[in-house]
Amino acid sequence: MRGLIARRLTQMLLIMLAASVLLFAIFDTDQFRRKVAVAELGGFGVATLSEQDYQHWLARNGFERPFLTRYGMWLARLTHGELGESLEKDVPVATLLRESIAHTAILGFFVFLFMIPLALVLGLLAGVNEGSLLDRGISFVSVLTTSTPQIATAVLLTVALALGLNWVPAKSAMLEGWSFRELVLPLLTLLIYEVGYLARMTRAATLEVMAAPYVRTAVLKGLPWSRVVSRHVLRNALIVPVTLVCQELNGLLSQIVVVEVFFQYAGFGRMLFDAASFGDIQVLQAATLVAVLVAVLSQFLSDVAYVALNPRVQF
Amino acid sequence: MSTVLRTQGMVARALVRPGRWATLLVLLVWVPLIAYVMFRSALGGAASDVLLPAVPAVVGLYALGLARCRGSWVASVGLTLVCFWFLIAVAVPYLPLTDPDKPIAALALPGTTKHGVHFILGSDARGRDMLSRTLWGCQRVLVWGITATAAAYAVGVVLGLLGGYLGSWCDDVVSFIGNLLLSFPVMVLFILILNLLGQSGFNIVIAVTSSSAPMIMRIVRGLTLEAKNRDYIHAAQTRGEHPLWVMGVELLPNVRGPLIVDACLRLGYTTVAITTLTFLGLGLQPPDPDWGLMIKEGATAALLWKYSYLITIPALSVSSLILGFNMIADGMRELSGRS
Amino acid sequence: MAYSVDAKALPVVRDFNLSLLPGESHGLVGESGCGKSTVALAIMQWLGRQGRITSGQLLFKGRDLCLLSGEELRRTRGAQVAMIYQEPMASLNPTMRIGEQLTEVPRYNEGLSRPAARARAVAMLNRVQLADTLRIMEAYPHQLSGGQQQRIVIAMALLSNPSLLLLDEPTTALDVTVEAGIVDLIGSLSAEYGMSMLYISHNLALLRTICQRITVMYAGQVVETAETAALFADPHHPYTRQLLAAMPQPTVHKHAQPLRAIPGQPPAPDARPRGCAFGPRCGYFMAGRCDATDVPLQVESGGHETRCLRAGEIAWQISPPELNDGPTRTPGATALKLHSLTKSYGAVSANERVSFDVRAGETVALVGESGSGKSTVARILMGLTQATSGSAALGAVELAQLPVGRRPAATIRALQMIFQNPFDTLNPSHTIGAQIARVIRKFKIERDKARIDARVQELLAQVQLPAEIASRHPQQLSGGQKQRVAIARAFAGHPQLVVADEPVSSLDVSVQATVVALLMDIQRESGTTLLFISHDLALVRQLADRVIVMYQGKVIEQGTVEEVFAPPYHPYTEALLAAIPIADPRVTRRRVRPSVEAPSASSPPAGCRFSSRCAYRIRGTCEVQEPPVREFAPGHRIACHLPARELSEMQPIFEVIRP
Repeated sequence: MRGLIARRLTQMLLIMLAASVLLFAIFDTDQFRRKVAVAELGGFGVATLSEQDYQHWLARNGFERPFLTRYGMWLARLTHGELGESLEKDVPVATLLRESIAHTAILGFFVFLFMIPLALVLGLLAGVNEGSLLDRGISFVSVLTTSTPQIATAVLLTVALALGLNWVPAKSAMLEGWSFRELVLPLLTLLIYEVGYLARMTRAATLEVMAAPYVRTAVLKGLPWSRVVSRHVLRNALIVPVTLVCQELNGLLSQIVVVEVFFQYAGFGRMLFDAASFGDIQVLQAATLVAVLVAVLSQFLSDVAYVALNPRVQF
Repeated sequence: MSTVLRTQGMVARALVRPGRWATLLVLLVWVPLIAYVMFRSALGGAASDVLLPAVPAVVGLYALGLARCRGSWVASVGLTLVCFWFLIAVAVPYLPLTDPDKPIAALALPGTTKHGVHFILGSDARGRDMLSRTLWGCQRVLVWGITATAAAYAVGVVLGLLGGYLGSWCDDVVSFIGNLLLSFPVMVLFILILNLLGQSGFNIVIAVTSSSAPMIMRIVRGLTLEAKNRDYIHAAQTRGEHPLWVMGVELLPNVRGPLIVDACLRLGYTTVAITTLTFLGLGLQPPDPDWGLMIKEGATAALLWKYSYLITIPALSVSSLILGFNMIADGMRELSGRS
Repeated sequence: MAYSVDAKALPVVRDFNLSLLPGESHGLVGESGCGKSTVALAIMQWLGRQGRITSGQLLFKGRDLCLLSGEELRRTRGAQVAMIYQEPMASLNPTMRIGEQLTEVPRYNEGLSRPAARARAVAMLNRVQLADTLRIMEAYPHQLSGGQQQRIVIAMALLSNPSLLLLDEPTTALDVTVEAGIVDLIGSLSAEYGMSMLYISHNLALLRTICQRITVMYAGQVVETAETAALFADPHHPYTRQLLAAMPQPTVHKHAQPLRAIPGQPPAPDARPRGCAFGPRCGYFMAGRCDATDVPLQVESGGHETRCLRAGEIAWQISPPELNDGPTRTPGATALKLHSLTKSYGAVSANERVSFDVRAGETVALVGESGSGKSTVARILMGLTQATSGSAALGAVELAQLPVGRRPAATIRALQMIFQNPFDTLNPSHTIGAQIARVIRKFKIERDKARIDARVQELLAQVQLPAEIASRHPQQLSGGQKQRVAIARAFAGHPQLVVADEPVSSLDVSVQATVVALLMDIQRESGTTLLFISHDLALVRQLADRVIVMYQGKVIEQGTVEEVFAPPYHPYTEALLAAIPIADPRVTRRRVRPSVEAPSASSPPAGCRFSSRCAYRIRGTCEVQEPPVREFAPGHRIACHLPARELSEMQPIFEVIRP
């Protein structure tokens, strides 16, 4: 087990390293450089940047040094926590990151809080009672919710709950300080998709386990049905869904970007998007690195969880 | 890792063999659509004629598909939804619609008549006919969606076969690249690539390929690894067949089944991606009608209950298309499970 | 207990009647698809969503099981009726420790406390001859061997003190020597606990030793029921007779009494013929009588029941043995020579210093159980994997470390293989004809399309398959037909040597005989050398010229088939032979049982691999030193520490009693 964790960690570090090189290379390209130059020098856009000014700016900022040296310096700066300053908002990137991550973390926390029990229970119920009305209902609703893109769900929810019934505000910019009511719409949008997806996967895993010979053995041993489900079915059916939950951090991040932009929620996703549109390179760099870190971490957690839950892989 | 295989929607062993007729019909639909959407300027006046053969082709595909999906009502309903939008996409130049780009009367409610034009679905903030924009909008989504998915498959299948069959260093390299790309959240990858390369349809294809191909590669690799140990592969190897032959002729036809189910799902994901990108302003450019764009424009215009049709109509349209894809996938899985 | 049952809308089982007395062991035998497993599951009321008992009663101690309430059924399952399954690994919960799975039974059925249940479980583990009980209680199922797992399933079933024990092919998935041990165990348990047993198997010979009465099923119906001795001495139904004739016997020389195949295959549940289900395949079929109406079960004296209209009137001819026509070739020069072939994966060696010769035109059998390394030898020969050291020379070409991709075309053509699993051996996406044609084209035997097609038809005729099969896909063929195509494919290129890796192990007994006969015919006609890999010694007796016995990667005995089947034996060969179930009532078999489980392959003893299970073990020598190879006759070699005299004085395993 320890060997596996060590191996996974080294793999993770390798991927992080490769990702950072890739990112650095992307941001080192001409387009991005010009954007930074424009933002620093002031001006109306890349098109108006004169070639001379650009070359001067390049020389001044040490761009003639070889790629690896610059990469090394960049890496060194990063590990010391120097993330630079936001060009758009004039605050240190670190502050910006901290605030936005905090907001997104709150949203994410509530998503997981509701998603996990709801999805697992629904999926298990559907799987254990295959073919029943409950199962068909849950399956139908999950297919429906996983077929709607986040923006469509966001739209429909906004129209129904905010515009139509006026229960919640339509935008979540939190302009008057923090309010839970404004969190409802983005939370619901994310939940609807996630619960549908996870419930489907749980149902599929449960169906597979229910058909397994060892469940037959348990029943034919004369065990009460409650014991069969709680001890034999549950433990085996939840292996895959639990690992999926860990992996969902990655998928959730993508959805959060869309949802935050739609609802104007001041979180990590919106910050990333704004930085990209504006050309705020420092922020973008830091944000993408954090995103990759989260994704890699989620994969790592998921692998560890799978090994921990499945005795067959351990020994 | 086996978790990933099971994660990919528990892909079923669908025994679906796309017949030769089906392939021909698909091409008859896809090629004209591509020509029309991507190369309209080059075609000039002949543009509208190009789509003529595609209309009966869609009907033919629908009939074929219905026959195949006979056992599952889920698949049949899904097929109907998808073919409906395809029919709209190929037939829209021949329908009596108002020009989707022409502003007539702003914010006309559905069912009202303004300036002598009857707006069945209302008009948007700039005065353009909603019905017309909605129907025209599905063309681009379908064309770019299918092209991007096809490209992702081409790359993913080849790499997956190579990695899975040849093993050793080839597998290590392919898997590493795949893991690297997969460690970027999809939206982040899209944002990066589209900012780097600029916004155009082709760049969307590249972005979608970069995010989807690794997943497809993993699935194909898993299927290849499993099929590699079958005795008929050993029989081919002990005949002295070349590895390329074994991969292409012996292996590939047998991994086709689960891939077709995955393809339907992936078409759904790609449609989501394209619509979302357009909504974020990163996708296909205005003024051509597009559902994501319509949602974006509608969401920034007056956010009032009485104008909610501006965003509801495109939202429902895109959802119905994706629902169609998902239902076909589910239905096929159900059918193969029964057989 | 008595019941008669019809099950499933697709009639899987029809008109099934069985009476079981307390303490009686009853065997239920039949081939795949005959419905025997359905009967067991029906008793347990576990037919799944699609299965149903459509008519009849299932009376257990007077009460109809179909009418029990949910709670009553649960209590019956817990305390009265228990079942043992075919696949022990799949039947145990992989995420639950053995101890917990065992103690569940008394805790929930009798309300025992945890410590009391634990004590009972440990005692039961001892009773099923499992040592090291504490480790096993804490272990997970995948950490144990197949034989150990099955013993645990048996222990679990017995912990509920059932009155009726159902055994659904409990040993099919296990090695022969392990199987013999478990069969013995079941026999002793039934004697000790006095419970009734319904033992289901496809192996008629296996049931002879443990069952008092036997029922034979065919296509969902009972065709014969009788006392065991009566059934074997004088079977009344043609199917039973032909089944017995199709089973290979280890006491018979291949030329003296060849296997008789039953033509055709059992009908599918929805395609049963009118009248007698066995009619189309029966040698005594009479049109107009046997296919007119459903055949009733006739009861004769001594409780012997038969479902045959002609039972009393058939004169069973003992036809003279068919002599093999065609020349019996004398073996030629050495075609294949293996010398000290070794294959290791790190510390584990799959093959260690394997050496033997194969002469041209011979049939050499490579025999061993799982883990013996015989399949690895085949893979090395075919170039699918490479040896770590040693040599394997086919004529002048050295094969041991030459992967197939680098072999000269002539060598590839000269060496072909028939694989074990009929379901995987053909590519499901191509037609049969296309696959055979590919071989012909690849080896450049014919180029012209018409000639290729003609050759394909020729080959199909040789394996007795109809011509239209060439345009079908493998899914439409049965297992036996697929293996025949595999044979045709292997011989399509006129190979010099064919390696057959357990080609009939996955087939039913009646089909096995056909396929084996075809293989032998083709081999004889073309003069090809055949390396036949198998674990079935009885089958080997019928078709091999020479036998090589392997255990855990090493060759422990080799010689002609008569030499290996008669003393002197290597102790392992002796145990293997003693484990073969015998169907012939005139043959007695001496009892030899090696100790329970083999040690794991990753930490083998330094000396003789078999030493930890051997009854003749010389302490201090056998575990530590490599056994010397003794030659008893030219070509008959045994690797054993025992003095040559002691080996020569061993009693033969089989004795034929002259009536």
